[in-house]
Amino acid sequence: MTELPLIGEASTVAAEPPLAGARIGVVTFPGTLDDRDAARAVRLAGGTAVELWHADKELGDVDAVILPGGFSYGDYLRAGAIARFAPLMSKIIDAANSDAKLPVLGICNGFQILTESHLLPGSMIKNDHLKFLCRDQVLRVENSNTAWTVDYQAGQEITIPLKNQDGQYIADEKTLDALEAEGRVVFRYVGFNPNGSRRDIAGISNAAGNVVGLMPHPEHAVEAGFGPESLDGVGGSDTDGLGFFTSVLTKIVGGK
Amino acid sequence: MTGISTGSITDGEGTATAAASPTAAPGAITQVKKFNIDTVEHAAKTPDTELPWAELGLKQNEFDEIVKVLGRRPTGAELAMYSVMWSEHCSYKSSKNHLRQFGQKVTEDMKKDMLVGIGENAGVTNLGDGWAVTFKIESHNSPSFVEPYQGAATGIGGIVRDIISMGARPVAVMDPLRFGAIDHPDTARVMHGAVAGIGGYGNSLGLPNIGGEMVFDSVYQGNPLVNALAVGVMRHEDIRLANASGKGNKVVLFGARTGGDGIGGASVLASESFDDTKPSKRPAVQVGDPFAEKVLIECCLELFKGSLVEGIQDLGAAGISCATSELASNGDGGMQVELTSVLLRDPTLTPGEILMSESQERMMAVVTPENVEAFEAVMDKWAVEYSWLGEVTDTGRLIITWEGEVIVDVDPRTVAHDGPVYDRPFARPEWQDAVQADTFTGSVQDAGRPAAPAELAKAVTELVASPNMCSKSWITDQYDRYVGGNTSMAFPDDAGVVRVDEESGLGVALATDANGRYTYLDPYHGAQLALAEAYRNVATSGAIPMAVSDCLNFGSPEDPDVMWQLAEAIRGLSDACMVLGIPVTGGNVSLYNQTGSTPIHPSPVVAVLGKLDDVARRTPSGWREDGQAIYLLGTTGAELDGSEWANMRGHLGGQPPKADLEAERALGEILINASRDGMIDSAHDLSEGGLAAALVESSLRYGVGARIALQDVLDRDGVDLFTALFSESQGRAVVGVPRSEEVRFTDMCTARGFAHTRIGVVDAASGTLEINGVESLSLDALREAHEGTLPKYFG
Repeated sequence: MTELPLIGEASTVAAEPPLAGARIGVVTFPGTLDDRDAARAVRLAGGTAVELWHADKELGDVDAVILPGGFSYGDYLRAGAIARFAPLMSKIIDAANSDAKLPVLGICNGFQILTESHLLPGSMIKNDHLKFLCRDQVLRVENSNTAWTVDYQAGQEITIPLKNQDGQYIADEKTLDALEAEGRVVFRYVGFNPNGSRRDIAGISNAAGNVVGLMPHPEHAVEAGFGPESLDGVGGSDTDGLGFFTSVLTKIVGGK
Repeated sequence: MTGISTGSITDGEGTATAAASPTAAPGAITQVKKFNIDTVEHAAKTPDTELPWAELGLKQNEFDEIVKVLGRRPTGAELAMYSVMWSEHCSYKSSKNHLRQFGQKVTEDMKKDMLVGIGENAGVTNLGDGWAVTFKIESHNSPSFVEPYQGAATGIGGIVRDIISMGARPVAVMDPLRFGAIDHPDTARVMHGAVAGIGGYGNSLGLPNIGGEMVFDSVYQGNPLVNALAVGVMRHEDIRLANASGKGNKVVLFGARTGGDGIGGASVLASESFDDTKPSKRPAVQVGDPFAEKVLIECCLELFKGSLVEGIQDLGAAGISCATSELASNGDGGMQVELTSVLLRDPTLTPGEILMSESQERMMAVVTPENVEAFEAVMDKWAVEYSWLGEVTDTGRLIITWEGEVIVDVDPRTVAHDGPVYDRPFARPEWQDAVQADTFTGSVQDAGRPAAPAELAKAVTELVASPNMCSKSWITDQYDRYVGGNTSMAFPDDAGVVRVDEESGLGVALATDANGRYTYLDPYHGAQLALAEAYRNVATSGAIPMAVSDCLNFGSPEDPDVMWQLAEAIRGLSDACMVLGIPVTGGNVSLYNQTGSTPIHPSPVVAVLGKLDDVARRTPSGWREDGQAIYLLGTTGAELDGSEWANMRGHLGGQPPKADLEAERALGEILINASRDGMIDSAHDLSEGGLAAALVESSLRYGVGARIALQDVLDRDGVDLFTALFSESQGRAVVGVPRSEEVRFTDMCTARGFAHTRIGVVDAASGTLEINGVESLSLDALREAHEGTLPKYFG
């Protein structure tokens, strides 16, 4: 996708040269909503955001990929169920499973696409209260060793926005036990489980730690004046989500 | 689904069919052709054919006028077009003569930033730095009563397409809502449906919902008001207008296919009150597909970027009838369209139905032959369906054919612009004097007015838990306020603020307001108060107010009482715009909002748009820094008539608060300057619920308490403590001032001669709101009362 958005483009942050060389792809499906936000987050973290289009046949030259939030193809069937079959997704699945272990972050609809793609186990169903819910959510970082969390401390609590209709994470008990045992529960809801997710799980990773999916939106907590603290004044800061994007840059520049 | 309204049209053409082929049995059309069509030629030959103009909502004089304009009887398809385009909803026939004031009462200064004025899909205002902003508010009231989810959802869809049609990228939406009594069983149906519809549709478009209103009043029980506002931004060079010019240019319809939904919606649903004695047209509500709309937005922006369209028009009320006639009449020639080229969801639709269909997510554009290929490439990229319908001509006629046979041959202006205009009789209602004489103070409902500290504390708590004053987070938490990453303020702050330019921080602020009770008591001043409040809310955020859009929700214009309310409200609003120096750039009129002979309160919902050079300077509504001084700006009179307090006690009478527009302007300048120069950290306007509501809301915003003493206000303004807390005098705000800025701030207020009183101090550690003479109010208890109301009623 080569379109430049009318607004939401060209962040003013001057990137540090070594990080600017890191190219993070942001995939746009028809119905994707938070792609500009994810690209802005990459730029604010110091990296270079690369626009990717769902119909592309090749992944091109990117060091990591973000599947942003939204309602891909309208999500009228089941969230992420159709996006999983996009031409670009098969390339992303291959790259994530390859020896190179391409870092992939799925946010909200992106997380749903990752479970539909079987890059991550389990599935998402409608929130237990049956409503769309937008709120500032406290998460605990349970695993700070993944490609997307190395800049956090294990046990650190962060506040980032959550907004979804189908956010209830479910999996069978055996899978949940395995995720816990292998340290693959990366984020847990703290204080309030906003959707009925099993074991308060907000986000998980694959075994290698390069693929991470979560329901809340770190890309909406990357800029002073536009995050949870400014909008809702709930404490924490406006920029608790920035660590996701600096983590992957650190990982890439540090040679993985 | 649309059996009845479809039936009336089919009957019309069936009649013509029967006349054309006498052997065909009416109602049993089984020819090879799907249906016989009523051509222009046929119409000319059969002048005496009965047509169902009355069922389509036309009056005898209007039908006669159509015959006169055409010089013959209309065809079925022409009748369908005229009936929808001449409906109240599309033609503004009852309000047009009054609405002219918005264009007349405008100074040169008010025009200087107006790039596109009233009349286009939405007005456009210059923001500077090459940026422009367009915004508009519209009603989707009747459909939202019939089918709240789809009615509210398609309300968002329609207003967003209006914004795209101007060439803008939509960047935010807002929804002012007015429903019946909170405890009425039907209110929950409307509430759940409308809120889920706004969320379900709006959240899927990637547009943050940054504010709105929620008012409960039994006057809206059978006529809930679901208004929707959208705002979009563009570079100056991207402004697009709805006109079809250039002979030989191609006309294309793209987006969703055309189906049977919403047929009759425009003319019937929105123009007649719900009356049990007439056949129901209720199933004729459109169904929305937000995914199709989202794709349409992106696809249109790509078209604009490549300069691939000459003119563009969204399809809303009256569908293809409206789009073809408006594009053609705004252009310099004519248009020829082949109707069988329209892609259909339902192949059984008749020509009249296709012309009237209100299927959502459709756009019509005019494209030069050179750009056809590039246009198609954009459609293919986004997998959007399109069909080429015809081309622009130089005949001055709008000609629509069906398999080559002419079924519409009209001067497009007669359809789109030269509809009937009525000078409806109006007169001040006989009951108005008695209502205005019935003041709250001393009334039966005023008995036992709180005075003791415990009573006042109980009253404050009761106020902030009341349906209209309680927290609306149950609603707003179902909307996405973050998407886009440019939301700088949203509900519950006074205005929603969105950044437009990431380089400079340039942004816009928006607020919508209306008070139906004030307007019922005095339509002229009530409408001015709605504008004053929206203006004040925008200024409170630190933005400079620039433009107005209004959604005038009223009862039947055929009732002289209601017509007077409408005329007075428009006169009041247009006068107030002159004083405040901001023009009306667009809006919408929604009439016939009444059940039987009982109209809603006149409800002019006014949206004001303002500009912030840097959204980082915006002022939130709550205080948070310990020790900051709290000032009350403005003076307080004994103005309880029409107030929330009187409403809670079941009283409505007297005179609304005085509208002092010069004072509003002075207050606005203080708030804007204080924001720009960093003199205040918080500001909250005083409106419904008065000072009591403002103090509680500013405390709960960030969970930071305050100590307040109002003796100076009581002494200066000669009011008692209850009045100081609950009066709804206008032109007031509470602000939080850093100690270091106090002298500068008070000097500015003094220099401008504006009343200001230090009423307290922020007390971060207390966890309470302490008001001298009122028992201590714990923030936890206030929050529980404030936030508990909507969940209690709606789960």
